[in-house]
Amino acid sequence: MATDLLQFLFSGLTVGAMYALAALGYALIYNASHIVNFAQGEFIMVGAITAAVLVEQGIALPVAIVGAVLLTLLVGALTERLAIRPAQGAPLVTLLIITMGVGLIIKGAVQLAFGKGTYSLPAFSGDTPILLGKTALAPQSLWVAGCTAVVVLVLAWYFTRTLGGKSMLATSYNPLAAQLMGIDTRRVLMMSFALAGALGAIGGVLTAPITFTSSEAGTVLGLKGFAAAALGGIGSGAGALAGGLLLGVIEALTAGYVSSSYKDAVAFVLLLLVLIFMPRGLFGSKVTERV
Amino acid sequence: MTPLFRTHAVLAVLALLMLALPLLDPSSYIFDLATRVGFTAVVVIGLNLLFGYAGQVSLGHAAFFGLGGYASAILTTHFGWPSMAALAIGAVAVGALAFVIARPILRLAGYHLAMATLSLAFIVTIVCTNEQRWTGGSDGMPVPPFTLFGWTLEGDLSWYAVASACLLLVTWGALNLARSPAGRALQAIRGSEVAARLSGIDVARAKTRVFVLSAVLASVMGSLMAHHAGFITPAATGLPRSVEFLMMVVLGGMASIYGSIVGAALVMLLPQVLHAFGAWETLVMGLILTGTLIFMRNGIVPTLRFWLQMPNKRVVSSAPESAQPEGSSK
Repeated sequence: MATDLLQFLFSGLTVGAMYALAALGYALIYNASHIVNFAQGEFIMVGAITAAVLVEQGIALPVAIVGAVLLTLLVGALTERLAIRPAQGAPLVTLLIITMGVGLIIKGAVQLAFGKGTYSLPAFSGDTPILLGKTALAPQSLWVAGCTAVVVLVLAWYFTRTLGGKSMLATSYNPLAAQLMGIDTRRVLMMSFALAGALGAIGGVLTAPITFTSSEAGTVLGLKGFAAAALGGIGSGAGALAGGLLLGVIEALTAGYVSSSYKDAVAFVLLLLVLIFMPRGLFGSKVTERV
Repeated sequence: MTPLFRTHAVLAVLALLMLALPLLDPSSYIFDLATRVGFTAVVVIGLNLLFGYAGQVSLGHAAFFGLGGYASAILTTHFGWPSMAALAIGAVAVGALAFVIARPILRLAGYHLAMATLSLAFIVTIVCTNEQRWTGGSDGMPVPPFTLFGWTLEGDLSWYAVASACLLLVTWGALNLARSPAGRALQAIRGSEVAARLSGIDVARAKTRVFVLSAVLASVMGSLMAHHAGFITPAATGLPRSVEFLMMVVLGGMASIYGSIVGAALVMLLPQVLHAFGAWETLVMGLILTGTLIFMRNGIVPTLRFWLQMPNKRVVSSAPESAQPEGSSK
């Protein structure tokens, strides 16, 4: 019994870390602009597929990973420059649908370049499971957990200790005041899209050895990331992490103990309850409406 | 021109356009497409009342649409109910569901509301996929033809006539609603909920009403489209369908009834045209969507109306800051 539970927890935390990385991408962009970027899932997909294709071409895994992250960072920056900035000042919902359009463009471009087939990436350090008592743990899970922890620490450092991070926070609190203080808010926005792209690629590359990837994979991942972000409270870093891990663990436990076909349903029932009883999410701040 | 006269003049043009189509002796394919556009446009008008006018976003309208379709499919197939009764019970059940969830859900704003409606739709999709005994699972189930007192609705022209009649009726009703005190209350809520409450509007009640109205419209159209297609799968309830409805509203124009029709027609016709592009289809669809919204940020119909009214401003600004909703006094 305990072995089963541990096994479910491990797989839940691994998947949860992936959701958390996606949710952090949403939080970054939401904080800088209040835009929910529906292309976030496609960023994840681009990172994973690029790395897989590079490895297939015989390029060393570490080089392929760095290449994938850099490319996706560029895709993020271009998204801001070519689609969001020209529409500056448009209603938020319009921007939201624009990011959906960008998602379609990215997906379409990937389908053209790499086809609709599935790709996989070799695990970073082999497939031999590590045995803890009777519980098997895939080495890749450790990579996922470790890298997620590093990413969260780096983000925390970036936002509290660097000028770039602080100007991003200032922009999220009050764009006009930030601008008056000499912060180039447009560059901040571009920076947040680029970072979200890099984050997505890291998440995609880390989990590609576990889940496979294809041009269709981005949509579902993006959705789960959005659910995790809403669960924790959109725009909160800690919330994104907690929401992602919680969602992953609950899904794994439901799949293990109740029914795997209803695992997604339980996650969304939970989300609905949280939204109804704690409308700002688990970690969201209280906001007063101005008239 | 008085507003009343103008409304009916535009409606008459719409009706004439609909009458003109059969005269061109189109193929069965065109008739089928036009019928689906008509039914879909009704759903989009309902969603536009909720989203464009009252400002309440819903990423779950496909759930209501699909539930209507499944109510018709299951009640007629498994229980032998008459089509009309199944359609009505489906609409009543969906209306009741919308009414029950409206208050807790509509307290949420913006993205939280989007997430809540999306969760709801997801749950419906998962249930429809898993309850194979009743729904046929992910393969879907056949839906018998629509019959009324022994008369069977069949043939391209009959279906097209039904769809056109539904669309005309709902367009007329929505235009009137938008101009009524209830419609103005909705627009006040979109402007500012607090301000609306201070002006004496029962915000919770107004939101609930428009939510139920749009859900019921989606349900009825879902029933009709299921009969028309003769088949229904869980995809009818899925997120891509919900997103498509929302896309139609935003592309055509928020708070624009005619925009809803334009949006529905455009989003449904584009893939047919783009099919010729083969592998480029998704990419081109994304480019058109993104490009249109960058250059016509308030949607096609409001932006075109703005350009027509102020031709010399076309170069200065691409769109008005706040498009005037249809039905507001001019």
